Amino acid sequence: MRNLVRNLFFTALIFTVAIGMACSGGTETKDGTSDAGGSVKLQGSGASFPKPIYEKWVNEYEKVKPNIKIDYQSKGSGGGQKDIIAEVVDFGASDDPMKDEDMAKAKGGDLLHIPTVLGAVVMTYNLEGVKDPLKLTPEVIAGIYMGDIKKWNDAKLKELNPEANLPDAEIQPVYRADSSGTTAVFTDYLSKTVPAFKEKVGPGKTPNWVKGVGAGAPRNDGVMGSVKQNANTIGYVEIAFAKANDLPTALIKNKAGNFVEANIENISAAGAGAIKDMPDDMRIKITNAEGENTYPISSFTYILAYKNQKDAVKGKALVDFLWWAINDGSKFAEELHYAPLPKEMVEKVEAKIKSITADGKPLYEGEKADAKKAGE
Amino acid sequence: MAKTGTIGDTIFRTILIIFASTILLIVVAMIYMMAVNSMPTIRAFGISFLTGSDWKPASNIFGALPFIFGTVVSSLIALIIAVPISLGIAIFLVEQAPKKLATPISFMVELLAAIPSVVYGLWGIFVLAPFLVNYLGPFLQTYLGWLPLFEGSPKGTGMMLTGGIIMAIMVTPIITAVVRDVLEVVPTTQREAALALGATQWETTKIVLGNAASGIAGAIVLGLGRALGETMAVTMVIGNSPSISASLFDPAHTIASVLAANFPEATDEMYLSALIEMGLVLFLVTFIVNGLAKLLVAKVAKDSGTAKAT
Repeated sequence: MRNLVRNLFFTALIFTVAIGMACSGGTETKDGTSDAGGSVKLQGSGASFPKPIYEKWVNEYEKVKPNIKIDYQSKGSGGGQKDIIAEVVDFGASDDPMKDEDMAKAKGGDLLHIPTVLGAVVMTYNLEGVKDPLKLTPEVIAGIYMGDIKKWNDAKLKELNPEANLPDAEIQPVYRADSSGTTAVFTDYLSKTVPAFKEKVGPGKTPNWVKGVGAGAPRNDGVMGSVKQNANTIGYVEIAFAKANDLPTALIKNKAGNFVEANIENISAAGAGAIKDMPDDMRIKITNAEGENTYPISSFTYILAYKNQKDAVKGKALVDFLWWAINDGSKFAEELHYAPLPKEMVEKVEAKIKSITADGKPLYEGEKADAKKAGE
Repeated sequence: MAKTGTIGDTIFRTILIIFASTILLIVVAMIYMMAVNSMPTIRAFGISFLTGSDWKPASNIFGALPFIFGTVVSSLIALIIAVPISLGIAIFLVEQAPKKLATPISFMVELLAAIPSVVYGLWGIFVLAPFLVNYLGPFLQTYLGWLPLFEGSPKGTGMMLTGGIIMAIMVTPIITAVVRDVLEVVPTTQREAALALGATQWETTKIVLGNAASGIAGAIVLGLGRALGETMAVTMVIGNSPSISASLFDPAHTIASVLAANFPEATDEMYLSALIEMGLVLFLVTFIVNGLAKLLVAKVAKDSGTAKAT
């Protein structure tokens, strides 16, 4: 017994020493990043939806400013918000604007929402023999996801698509099984336009899907695969996924009453259409926005950064990167199926970036160096 | 513990104790962390968290029953299919197959065990699901459609049956590999003795199996462990709908998959707490199911032991 006690004591001792060593080692590496030989490392994390464009930006920006290394981990909007609140990253990213109560938790003071690009959620489907894009209204989409419209040859669908050869088959709706910004945009749109949907399913990243209606698939590629593989299915995905897989996308009836296609112009138009309602902090949901050609299921995606940067060197790097991204970086958006910010927006976002400070001094020092280099 | 007198032994023993205690420490630390972080929902829902069948995160209503049901039933399907097949493969490999055949088959079994589950999931979406919807599903529907188990029509977008079968396929190589190793250590003399007494090959195998029963049980429990905790492959094919339905053609959901799919994006305190409590529930389910499996096996081993004696 005594032996055992002694051994346990040893064990405890060794653990304490080991943990102590681990801790002190950890802090050392953490501090050493910002001023090692002029190179700056920025760490970001968050939304998976803008990952392709952010990675592109990081790559391109490294050509412009080789001494700035940016690492972006796509772990989801929720993860990005948590990380920036806890100050474990230099910037966060989220598709959803943050809630007031979460903003209040932020350890580093005021958080800014910097819109970077726009994206859209499209309705994609698998219907044999239907050639032209299907026309859908929010009421019909909501009806399908609530289980009120069960068959493809339902009168309401036929009325919208008199030409299409709609089969006498059960509709199999597919939704996102994981908590996602895509779902938030989709359900926000339907909740705004269809009161019954708002009551029954509601808006959110994980809404209350009606039991027994449809099936869930994980992530954009899961929904994609499910729709591609199975006849008579319908699902919602980020536009880039539908484009990459050559799946048909439906025309959606917008606020102005037009059936519009999800393309770069129409998505950008949603951003422009929302400008007059834009709050100062830029936290806005732009589904069902005004405008003749506006694609109604669109959204901004944001980078989250502290207004007051603790580390001036890192802060400067971040500010320069953001400035570059919304100006020179925007040309990379289209090929990846994101819509760049509309011109009217860029100015407002620039003002936001200019407001970032360190020790009370603004970090942005004018376009001179960066803009010229990037243009080459 | 007797004093051995050498410092070397003391150090050796200390190291072993450290290793052994890490397992305990990890389990305790995990349960503690999960319990602390799931306090909000434990307080708010109490036992109704386990018995409630509504899962409405947007309205802060959390009932884990559909997930417990999905986890247990899909694992059960997996075992019902995988155990006989695995035993068959292992017995064949050890007792019957010529070496020329046994080596490549063994190799392939080990290969299957090492494939990452996302690959199984993709295969499930693109090969298994269409096969079930186009061939096996309609067959079951026509001949066994009167059973509530096969009510409705098979769904390619995800159903319990696909989830169970994909798990069975994933679990089979693990059970096979372990059972094979267990059978191999049963002394050859036993087989020779049985054969010398005039036992048929079937009777000899029965004796070997009886002696290996506890090892086989371990293999099954190991397989069950993988099935209960399997996340990716199952999520991709099970349909992820938190509803309880008797029909295997309906979509279902499992604890592991709801956790994995929703944790990264969960910001709301109650929701996060509910998800962490699900982790605790999975611990509990695994504990109970493993316990039951061990009991069952102990009984089988005892029975086969007495059968051998008579």
